[in-house]
Amino acid sequence: MTVIGGAETRARKVRWSIIDIVVVVYALIPVLWILSLSLKSKNTLTDGNFVPREWSIQNYIDIFHTNEFLLALVNSIGIALIATAIAVVLGTMAAYAIARLDFPGKQLLVGFSLLVAMFPQVSLVSPLFEIERSLGLFDTWPGLILPYITFALPLAIYTLSAFFREIPWELEKAAKMDGATPAQAFRRVIAPLAAPGVFTTAILVFIFCWNDFLFAISLTSTTRSRTVPAALSFFTGSSQFEEPTGQVAAAAVVITVPIVLFVLFFQRRIVAGLTSGAVKG
Amino acid sequence: MTGTTRSVPAAGQAAPIVAQGRTKAVLSEGKRAERRLGLLLCAPAAVVMIAVTGWPIVYSIWLSLQRFDLRFPAKREFVGLQNYLTVLSDGYWWTSVVVTVGITVVSVVIELVVGMTLALIMHRTLVARGLIRTVALIPYGIVTVVAAFSWKYAWTPQTGYLADLVGPDKAVLTERLPALGAIIIAEVWKTTPFMALLLMAGLALVPDDLLRAASMDGAGPWQRFVRIIVPVMKPAILVALLFRTLDAFRVFDNIFVLTGGAQGTGSVSMLTYDNLIKGLNLGIGSTMAVLIFIAVAIIAFLFIKGFGAAAPGSDQGGKR
Repeated sequence: MTVIGGAETRARKVRWSIIDIVVVVYALIPVLWILSLSLKSKNTLTDGNFVPREWSIQNYIDIFHTNEFLLALVNSIGIALIATAIAVVLGTMAAYAIARLDFPGKQLLVGFSLLVAMFPQVSLVSPLFEIERSLGLFDTWPGLILPYITFALPLAIYTLSAFFREIPWELEKAAKMDGATPAQAFRRVIAPLAAPGVFTTAILVFIFCWNDFLFAISLTSTTRSRTVPAALSFFTGSSQFEEPTGQVAAAAVVITVPIVLFVLFFQRRIVAGLTSGAVKG
Repeated sequence: MTGTTRSVPAAGQAAPIVAQGRTKAVLSEGKRAERRLGLLLCAPAAVVMIAVTGWPIVYSIWLSLQRFDLRFPAKREFVGLQNYLTVLSDGYWWTSVVVTVGITVVSVVIELVVGMTLALIMHRTLVARGLIRTVALIPYGIVTVVAAFSWKYAWTPQTGYLADLVGPDKAVLTERLPALGAIIIAEVWKTTPFMALLLMAGLALVPDDLLRAASMDGAGPWQRFVRIIVPVMKPAILVALLFRTLDAFRVFDNIFVLTGGAQGTGSVSMLTYDNLIKGLNLGIGSTMAVLIFIAVAIIAFLFIKGFGAAAPGSDQGGKR
């Protein structure tokens, strides 16, 4: 901010480095711990050491030999991907309308999305449990996809409409001048420009669906649709007679991998998406 | 749903303008198309959200007025407000309310302080800014249940690194207050980065000139923070607080994994889940669902009306 001498700059850099290291340690310790647990051999699992004394990938081999985990992984991936795709498509349409078009009921939709975002999800568990049982949706993929779409929509609509507001208006006008209908202008001109925002939103929505536990555990009862977070809490492991600590840890690490990849590759986008949706709204 | 029904008066309003002249008629034709398209584009999202939240909450009110236990379906009958009396005079309910409010207040306060610190660090750091932001996103992104298992095993005697720190013969997760502390730590760890990101976006709005001017006038770092940064950031702070409070009030995943709600550590969400899935008591479960809904509505109302938190999106009309 003010003019600073070289020595002082170096001192400040050292100070910031130390602070940064504290932040890194804060953020990573629980993650490294579960990783370390998953890589411990059976004998050293309960030694309480932060770093494995004996390394082993046996836990990973074990979980990939149980149907319980494999099916849950397929359910998690399938349900999260489908819910994300639908929520992003519906959200894109609604956000485009909110950002670009003038129509009655717009404020109503914005307000309603806000209500849904604040909605206590547990309040839906009882009625959805009963409704889904009578509709035959209980313990099925659609039974989870529906609530996921619903709670992802406010996130998608806010994030996307914030992104859409940044898109230059003139291009759309130019397209309309050249004879494009509003629908064509949407498809041909705005959609390609909006792709980065849509992509970011898809990541946020995917993380949300991937993360859910409450619906996953309340609206499923078998491996037919149980996702990994729910399956983890029922995990008995390959043997009935020991605590499946190592295997739970390994399964936990497996479902953390996509999150870490997203964060590593799309950090900027995720930060932009989170903050634009929530603050600028 | 609301959308499509409204298109009729909209078309009616447009009609008189059509008569006024050629240029305006063309414009209103475009306006009508715009309105139709807008409603059409919003309809699917609106329908899904209403179908999955609106209808069930109404249904939930209806269920809460009945004695309805899935173990004894034949005894289902309308009992009026009886379930509410049962729940509101139940010790377990009030214990869970106290636990929920306690966890919410303590964790949100800590998150605000730590989150603000983290936001300042992310905003100001001279080295490795990208790295810090990347790393801070990990707790936000990680599956809550995964983090909860990490904490659980960390506190498990013999297995965990934290268990050793507090002493070999103390089982943190089996005593009430220590267990609540562990739950709060897990919550804070997971959600502080999100809070920090929201606050960081607010920090970006603080004009540098203002800070520099204050600095020249002799304001110290603390004065600059309290007198300039906080007032400018107030809207961002309130929105972050609102969302985190509502979110913390729904605490479930961490409790489920860490203690299962034992030793009086269950939140209202936990108790509702237990009544529904373990007890199969739809009537009582729905009553709790409605009470939680009302509580959340009150919290949101207090924030928006009481503290003047601008609901995100409320300024949208002007910004178009």
